[in-house]
Amino acid sequence: MSRRPRVGVITFPGSLDDVDALRAVRFMGGEAVPLWHAEPDLHGVDAVILPGGFSYGDYLRCGALARFAAVMEEVIRFADEGGPVVGICNGLQILCEAGLLPGALIRNRSLRFVCRVVDIRVETSLSPLTESLVVGEVLPIPVKHGEGQFVADERDLDRIEGDGLVVFRYCGRDGSLDDQHNVNGSANAIAGVRNAAGNVVGLMPHPEHAIDPDVGPTGGQPLLASLLSRALARV
Amino acid sequence: MKHRFEVLISLRPGLLDPQGKAVEGSLPAMGWTNVSAVRVGKHVELTVDADSEQEARAQVEEMARRLLSNPVIEDFRILTAEEVEE
Repeated sequence: MSRRPRVGVITFPGSLDDVDALRAVRFMGGEAVPLWHAEPDLHGVDAVILPGGFSYGDYLRCGALARFAAVMEEVIRFADEGGPVVGICNGLQILCEAGLLPGALIRNRSLRFVCRVVDIRVETSLSPLTESLVVGEVLPIPVKHGEGQFVADERDLDRIEGDGLVVFRYCGRDGSLDDQHNVNGSANAIAGVRNAAGNVVGLMPHPEHAIDPDVGPTGGQPLLASLLSRALARV
Repeated sequence: MKHRFEVLISLRPGLLDPQGKAVEGSLPAMGWTNVSAVRVGKHVELTVDADSEQEARAQVEEMARRLLSNPVIEDFRILTAEEVEE
């Protein structure tokens, strides 16, 4: 009963938000476990976070080289066994490159790097981040990326929508969808997606930066709380 | 036997190419007002040591499919050294 869920955060060469993600896990009451890209071992964690940053300098494509890091074989095995896996920003890009999540991320429609707080709307509670949330709930969370435009070909996009794989969309404060809120031009304003099994989820916004009320919005708190309770269920 | 290849990677048709758009937007400022449909891709050169060109090409195809390109957003084309020189 007293065991806290153990959440691993992988550091790749070029990861930037691993320390914030570790702190966010601790802040929310979990045990944070640093994991290393070159070590094919998840140290028995109950959930895995792939943090944001610029792994391998974003060379070739964002996430393309990190996908072949030694630890990723274990992440793929863990995901296949139903383990909760979360990709944030560069982590989402890595999970898409690894084929664990559908779609891909390309340069923002505006051609500009965006760094600001946006609102995102929860589209499904069938993901490790949204289990304890209500569909339609709106969360303020920061984004900071240059290549966050979610794309997929028409057939894939139909499948993503049809199967309910969209987890978050960019929206207005009141939850309304309007192109002006679509911060990077993503297809259907998609800010986050999950896999069909519902245990792998990724998003461009940064819940780990929206935890501590001292330094900004706290829209990330319920997401991390969901992840911890999902992780606890595996203990 | 060493075989030289070049791999051309392009964003799939229909996908918005923000880089191409940026380049297209800059050309009129230099006087070229007659340019449209600019697309920016990637170009990878590599040398493969294999018994035959056929075997080397098969390997390059797999590299292109699995790493050099992302089939969700990109197409690729493989050229041999001879094709490049033509």
